[in-house]
Amino acid sequence: MSMDEPDTRRRLDDMAQGLIGKPLDRTEGHLKVSGTATYAHEWAVADQAYGVLVRAPFAKGKILSIDKAAVLAMDGVLAVIDDDRLLRNPAQGTANEAPVQGAKDVVYLGQPIALVVAESFEGARHGAQSLSIEYDADESVAIDPEASDAQTEKPDEKQFSQGDVDQAMQEAAFTVDQVYRTPGHNSAAMEPHCAIAQWEENQLTLYGSYQMLKYNRNELADSLGIDAEQVRIISRYVGGGFGSKLGIAPEAVAAAIAAKELQRAVCVTLSRQQVFEAVMRRSETRQHFQLAADKDGVLTGLSHVSLVSNLPDETFAEPVGQATHFIYGGENRRIGLEVARLNKTCAGSVRAPGEAVGVTALENAMDELAEAAGIDPLELRLLNIPEKDPEQDVSFSSRKFRQALKQGAEAFGWEKRQPVPGQVREGEWLIGMGMASAARVNVLMQSEAKVTLSADGSVIVETDMTDIGTGSYTILTQIAGEMLGVPMNRVETRLGDTDLPSASGSGGSWGASSSGSSVFLACEDLREQLCRKLDCQSADLTLKDGQAIVRNRSHDLVELLGGESLQAVGIIEPGETSENVRQATFGAHFAEVAVNATTGETRVQRMLGVFSAGRILNEKTARSQCYGGMIFGIGMALTEELLHDPRDGHIVNRDLGEYHVPVNLDVPQLDVILLDERDDHASPIQAKGIGELGICGAAAAVVNAIYNASGARVREYPATLDKILPYLD
Amino acid sequence: MQTLNLQVNGETHELSVDVRTTLLDALRQHLHLNGTKKGCDHGQCGACTVLVNGKRINSCLTLAVMHDGDEITTIEGLGGSDTLSPMQKAFVKHDGFQCGYCTPGQICSATAMLDEIKEGWPSYVSVSLVGEPELTSDEIAERMSGNLCRCSAYPNIVDAIIEVGDKS
Amino acid sequence: MKSFDYQRAETVEQATTVAAGKNASFIAGGTNLLDLMKLEVLSPDVVVDINRLDLNAIEQTDDGGLRIGALVPNSKLAADARVRQHYAVLSRALLSGASGQLRNKATTGGNLLQRTRCYYFYDTASPCNKRSPGTGCSALQGQNRLHAIIGASEHCIATHPSDMAVAMQALRATVEIEQTDGHRRQVPLQDFYCLPGTTPQRENQLESGELITAVHLPAPVEDSYQAYRKVRDRASYAFALTSVAAVTQIRSGTFSHVGLSFGGIAPRPWRDTEVEAMLLGQTPSRQLFEKAADRLLEEAQGHGGNDFKIPLLKRTLVAVLSEAANFGGDA
Repeated sequence: MSMDEPDTRRRLDDMAQGLIGKPLDRTEGHLKVSGTATYAHEWAVADQAYGVLVRAPFAKGKILSIDKAAVLAMDGVLAVIDDDRLLRNPAQGTANEAPVQGAKDVVYLGQPIALVVAESFEGARHGAQSLSIEYDADESVAIDPEASDAQTEKPDEKQFSQGDVDQAMQEAAFTVDQVYRTPGHNSAAMEPHCAIAQWEENQLTLYGSYQMLKYNRNELADSLGIDAEQVRIISRYVGGGFGSKLGIAPEAVAAAIAAKELQRAVCVTLSRQQVFEAVMRRSETRQHFQLAADKDGVLTGLSHVSLVSNLPDETFAEPVGQATHFIYGGENRRIGLEVARLNKTCAGSVRAPGEAVGVTALENAMDELAEAAGIDPLELRLLNIPEKDPEQDVSFSSRKFRQALKQGAEAFGWEKRQPVPGQVREGEWLIGMGMASAARVNVLMQSEAKVTLSADGSVIVETDMTDIGTGSYTILTQIAGEMLGVPMNRVETRLGDTDLPSASGSGGSWGASSSGSSVFLACEDLREQLCRKLDCQSADLTLKDGQAIVRNRSHDLVELLGGESLQAVGIIEPGETSENVRQATFGAHFAEVAVNATTGETRVQRMLGVFSAGRILNEKTARSQCYGGMIFGIGMALTEELLHDPRDGHIVNRDLGEYHVPVNLDVPQLDVILLDERDDHASPIQAKGIGELGICGAAAAVVNAIYNASGARVREYPATLDKILPYLD
Repeated sequence: MQTLNLQVNGETHELSVDVRTTLLDALRQHLHLNGTKKGCDHGQCGACTVLVNGKRINSCLTLAVMHDGDEITTIEGLGGSDTLSPMQKAFVKHDGFQCGYCTPGQICSATAMLDEIKEGWPSYVSVSLVGEPELTSDEIAERMSGNLCRCSAYPNIVDAIIEVGDKS
Repeated sequence: MKSFDYQRAETVEQATTVAAGKNASFIAGGTNLLDLMKLEVLSPDVVVDINRLDLNAIEQTDDGGLRIGALVPNSKLAADARVRQHYAVLSRALLSGASGQLRNKATTGGNLLQRTRCYYFYDTASPCNKRSPGTGCSALQGQNRLHAIIGASEHCIATHPSDMAVAMQALRATVEIEQTDGHRRQVPLQDFYCLPGTTPQRENQLESGELITAVHLPAPVEDSYQAYRKVRDRASYAFALTSVAAVTQIRSGTFSHVGLSFGGIAPRPWRDTEVEAMLLGQTPSRQLFEKAADRLLEEAQGHGGNDFKIPLLKRTLVAVLSEAANFGGDA
């Protein structure tokens, strides 16, 4: 089915099993809490050898030679591989082809240049650490995107202009003209990347940790120079992704090459340091905002021009202004993006690429505009919600943006906020409140699933969708159970295997709505098949607890099947509703912080997120996703920053000791309100994405609260105490 | 290679390991107890938390050979998928995880942490160093701060632990 | 990690004998040693496991103090009733460090000997005089947010990361060392560490094969105010950007005892006896505290990323002393 028309039938609302939307426990929960869910490294593949990647110890230049002999002579070492097919960096999300390959030309410090394989992990690690290389280093290393000699590009398709922002600024009653900067971030998923490669003749099975298997399979095949049919990837459980596992990564290709060469299975795991250096970072950004408003605070002009970075030859550029296009009105608009080419770890998707940093800085600028105009920050947002997409003549699909702002303000007690900073003090702590809007584009992707209604009345859902902690196992089980009227424990959902029908994969928040729709469509088909047996219309068929009820008569499903199993395939594809309406998710963040008046340390005391994201499929897992996004926001606001050496650009804080993701004590008890909504344009299940919405703007609420508490206006993230100290008495 | 005996989850295992093998790698690669996870290998994430002689430690930062004769409890020893411990059940109920990778470490840590509170150990956020520590969300959050969760299930983890702590 | 000869010592004498004259490391908790060995920042030929030595007790000494065995884990020390009651600064410092899991493994002796968390020391691709003498200090012109503002040299600006040692220094602890000749000597903690000068690789007074066997705390200071104020980026599980340990006593309205020690700002737990002398016998006042802080920071020097530590330390010290003054005493 192509999503060309809004599906106003809202079929899930008619079902009787009562599973959809409920806060049900995760179906795989018992496996995860008992340590029996199988992650990539844990497959019992016989006779594995272990490989460890070797990093380039310099930022730019050429590898001249590698002293393989000395390492090969070490106890237990089996191979030293510097094949030209090794990946320079992972593939970008949905690339569907090999990324840049080659182990001789080095463009960043930490680039994988060889793999040492040994009988044991300990042997391989020491071999990798001992590998002596000769290289020719090029001193002209580019590190700072803002350097006067930085090489930058301005892709035409990433520049937008409407009206005259400069004139709007001149004529405005109130303006903001400020630059905000966000540093690089690391996804820091808890499971480091890992791949076990095993060949049988010319068939490769790769047990890995990836988010989008249908693309990953093509990327891996292309990297190795083989057909996709020769590759099977299995990722039953993925220990977190957040963008870092979207594309095939260096460990997979290295493991596959080594396994072929050695004729035995090879397991390659990245160290935590390698996850920082050789996977993906979120680009640093420089964001220049110009906001122009009339005397009532209504925007007349809005300019958001950003500078980001990436390696040479990478097409991905952090889409900073993605949501700036549609959150707020304003006649005169300019949204631009420039990319600097640097010798730093590859930039790619990290949770909510674009909005995570773009909405955040926009919401800081809006806070400044509110102050300049003397309008409450909440009121300013409400005043500037556009009726239609401000740049195209299209409506919004569904959008409870206004409600999110209002309901959030009420639930949070926003009216207690003191408009003048620095007014509330509790002992040594300065207390303040901040808020921000949340927005994230919504996308539907092609996805396919097969659903089997077995003769015994149980159901099997099969698709190569992944569950990276998002709850895919659970929501797909719920959808199938709801549509076919069977309880959760009668549905088995099989995911994470390219032998199964190709799904959208997990990324861009599209997983639940896309793969969920495919399961829904397959179930609709099965319902039709049952209707034919019962000679009724689907609308007249009620399926509940293994009973088919038609015209007040109940039929046992097993009897009805009569020993036969039914099967159907559902395929969803994006269609015209992707173009003829503006689809996005919205929300509002509210934060209360305490800033220490002596030291400038900030602690978040309360936080509330209100989200409007279409139908909520499982209230429990959706809420957890929102918590996760908001806590990413706390990290962004207060501590997370990739620090690069100013000479060679390497990430100096390349571990979890010095790259500070939030710990439990950094996080207060959070509140999340999920608004009841159906988006008929988004998908036949009326759901949109929610995995990333929680991070979009969250950090701004915290940083705006810091200003309200202390008067410290921090425009360079993160708001560490050194940036707050100068404002304190 | 060195040989040693480990008492893991009540069973004695004799194994022969490279002296460099950490307790974590011995559990995963030699005993195939994969519940204990490797998140950072440097004591910076807590995913590898196990109980050694009843105390929680990071199994990545200790050598297997240092534990000859020690009693080790891993997540598998706390409860299997159909014999969940109260803490494991509470994590499911409160959704104290998402991807599940840090989860065994969180649960081992939480289990041992409640014993530390019972023994009266103070924490950095305890208002007073003397007297019995209380089971507040701040106390739990501080004591669980050695277990990172990037999915950020922290609020749910705290809820799960409070439920178990209140009952015991 | 390079392979090594693993030796398990049964006696202190055996441990020192095995290690003497070799590229050897003692391993107790191992929480920092293995961390560094995995990265091949350290590659000892011999690793001597001292966990079975009888150094695990906290005992009362004749002079009313405590003798803390080198193998006493940080968690046990922090929870010890005597420490909680009489040496609160030490409990607080220990509890502010690392995580519950690490504190169960990390030992008293090992904590004193933990190495700097300088990013460049940890990265074998970067020059570092502490790791590879003569290669240069990468932090000086590089990222140095964590680094020292006092006591550093142009050869090394790394800080000592311990919280425990800072508190012990404020308590005027001494370190008990077993020499390779079987004798034991005691070194005041304030003399135990070396400043980097031209030899940042040498961090303390231990000679090859020597083993820390205990730390001695003097008798507690009666009616004292004790605090460990740690300032850091995360609320927990992070090293100090700066910390202040204070043990003070006020009699008749003036400071009758002042023990101050500072962390996160110097290559060693920092103590400035002149600052203590300035306060001793004086009536507490904000003016006095500011003067003391200015004296402490007279020669402080930032390197860009860590400039903020200078005002931060001043503010933190003044706040701690103000609290000490409010705590009062008998006056």
